[in-house]
Amino acid sequence: MLDKKNNMLKIDNLKAGIEGLEILKGINLSVKKGEVHAIMGPNGSGKSTLSSVIAGNDNYEVNSGSITFEDEDLLDLDPDQRAHRGVFLSFQYPVEIPGISVSNFIKAAITEKRKVLGLEPITAKDLLGKMKEKMDLLDMQKGYLSRNMNEGFSGGEKKRNEIFQMAMLEPKLAILDETDSGLDIDALRVVANGVNKLKNSENATIVITHYQRLLDYIIPDYVHVLHNGRIVKSGGKELAHELEKKGYDWITKEADKKWG
Amino acid sequence: MKQEELSEDELLAQVTSAEYKYGFTTDIEADTIAKGLSEEVVRIISKKKNEPKWMLDYRLKAFKEWLEMDEPDWANVDYPKPNYQDIIYYSAPKQKKTLDSLDDLDPELKKTFDKLGISLNEQKRLSGVAVDIVMDSVSVATSFKSKLAELGIIFCSISEAIQEHPELVKKYLGTVVPARDNFFSALNAAVFSDGSFCYIPKGSRCPMELSTYFRINEAGTGQFERTLLIADEGSYVSYLEGCTAPQRDENQLHAAVVELIAMDNAEIKYSTVQNWYPGNKDGLGGVFNFVTKRGICYKNSKISWTQVETGSAVTWKYPSCILKGDNSIGEFFSVAVTNNFQQADTGTKMIHLGKNSKSTIIAKGICAGKSNGSYRGLVQIAKGAKNSRNFSQCDSLLMGDKCGSHTFPYIEVKNNSSQVEHEATTSKIGEDQIFYCNQRGIGTEEAIALIVNGYCKDVLNQLPMEFAVEAQKLLEISLEGSVG
Repeated sequence: MLDKKNNMLKIDNLKAGIEGLEILKGINLSVKKGEVHAIMGPNGSGKSTLSSVIAGNDNYEVNSGSITFEDEDLLDLDPDQRAHRGVFLSFQYPVEIPGISVSNFIKAAITEKRKVLGLEPITAKDLLGKMKEKMDLLDMQKGYLSRNMNEGFSGGEKKRNEIFQMAMLEPKLAILDETDSGLDIDALRVVANGVNKLKNSENATIVITHYQRLLDYIIPDYVHVLHNGRIVKSGGKELAHELEKKGYDWITKEADKKWG
Repeated sequence: MKQEELSEDELLAQVTSAEYKYGFTTDIEADTIAKGLSEEVVRIISKKKNEPKWMLDYRLKAFKEWLEMDEPDWANVDYPKPNYQDIIYYSAPKQKKTLDSLDDLDPELKKTFDKLGISLNEQKRLSGVAVDIVMDSVSVATSFKSKLAELGIIFCSISEAIQEHPELVKKYLGTVVPARDNFFSALNAAVFSDGSFCYIPKGSRCPMELSTYFRINEAGTGQFERTLLIADEGSYVSYLEGCTAPQRDENQLHAAVVELIAMDNAEIKYSTVQNWYPGNKDGLGGVFNFVTKRGICYKNSKISWTQVETGSAVTWKYPSCILKGDNSIGEFFSVAVTNNFQQADTGTKMIHLGKNSKSTIIAKGICAGKSNGSYRGLVQIAKGAKNSRNFSQCDSLLMGDKCGSHTFPYIEVKNNSSQVEHEATTSKIGEDQIFYCNQRGIGTEEAIALIVNGYCKDVLNQLPMEFAVEAQKLLEISLEGSVG
């Protein structure tokens, strides 16, 4: 009973795809409060599809299975409703929104969420104070706030902006989709450090990555290997090191034997 | 007042839930003449307004010219040509006497203003905006007149100006937009029944925004207002106009003429939020908005046109600047939104005659539904306009795949020391942008509003504060339900 209560996200036999092509072929995953899960896997294994489906991108069709988030059927909710419940996706390719400053965008997001939760709007003073605090955490220059959302941002700046939004929105479940791609080693350290500081016993993180590198900084409790739309192996943080040394082949071959 | 108690959010909610909230009619007794247009009608209008002979002559000459002109068909719009004999050319809310104070206003009229959200007293107190209101054909109320008069500023209806300041009207009327300029300007010159007049004396800075509110009320009437604004040497004025109309199944004609005169070292800022009834979702009804707006700039002067066009079934409008003086500046900032079956062909003309004259054009088109939006702009640099410069930027934003956006830039440069730049982009609101906003908790309608506002920011920033808020709300309403 206690165990069930701690379950924040529960994915059961999820099958989903795009334009008739099934990409996820039966995903099972449970994430509890306070945990960090890493999902690794070769290109085309379905990592980004999984994050898109959890966030509710309607380019993807869910064929069967379920996603439960804090005892609520997530698949019944629109993407913005999922965000209001506390699901956050750090995009692999953040989108540009010309003419809207970072601060105005974040203000709009916070205002909407507070409205839905029946809270008073945040005051300008509180908002600015919080922004300043989170920017310091991520070692961001003040000029960021008045720049237009992702317009003309470098790859690293875009990723940092994603984590900044995460810090401002304080989600329960953060999914970091290839946050390390495009980051140099210094930026990687800063971003990872930020993620670690935002971690607490009430929230959870799913880190989707290609390489073990990021996991040197964000230490996962569990590592899952995604291959051909299924989680084919799960383990502790040492699994990531093993993968780094031995590659994916030894796991994927075994899995292919099993599922064909 | 009631208006005051609503928070900004409540107001927003109120406005965004409505389709076209100004679609009501007011039950006011009107003094209306019979349908149709003839020399006789022109004479009746002039007589009803008790005009001097020179004014009647002006009208009659314009009418004769109009008879020989053809309705233009070069614009990228398609509409049934109005039957000009089936329109009422004069309709005035009946009033017992001329009013000294707004408190004496007909209660029904007052209700109209309340519905429009123009609470005159509030406006007076809060924002210090002087308002002139033109309903159907006549100006019904001008606020703040006495205060402005102390500064030598004249702000009144044009009919009143014809009576009280004939020397000014006679000197400037038709000098920027001659009656024979085009079919609609000739029509307007013949039958215009009212509008606003404004004169800012030498060296004075108008201390408040001047504003005119236009309203078509009666069925079957056309609205032909005339605005004449003169900024004398070294003066400054910011002028706003807004407009609404009832929801009617037939098309209503609006053919206005606006003339601006900026003398040496003067500056005029002219902002329009155009929200005439656009017709229903199937393209039935709506206002035909055929407007001629032009300003002339003398030495070191500046005219800045800002327009947010969200209404009307068909728009044909090119606010222009004649940069006659050396070092004069012309600006045109425009957002034109079309949705459902709306059509807009709008843009500007910048005529460079003076040396070192500069012009800037920022035009943002937004097309949704099955609508059609065109930008049409002329940049003409005369031989003597040495070292003049123009920068034009025309962007279009498409929503869905059934709308059309077109750009028709015309550039003529007759000397080799001038510089002309033209940039254009076309983009679509992407599903990926909307999903990104959704993922951050911003719903789809809000996301569209946010993206559109970002896209229009350069233009909206030009509007006076209160107008900018109204314009943003309007954009949201105009585009409601246009995606998904």
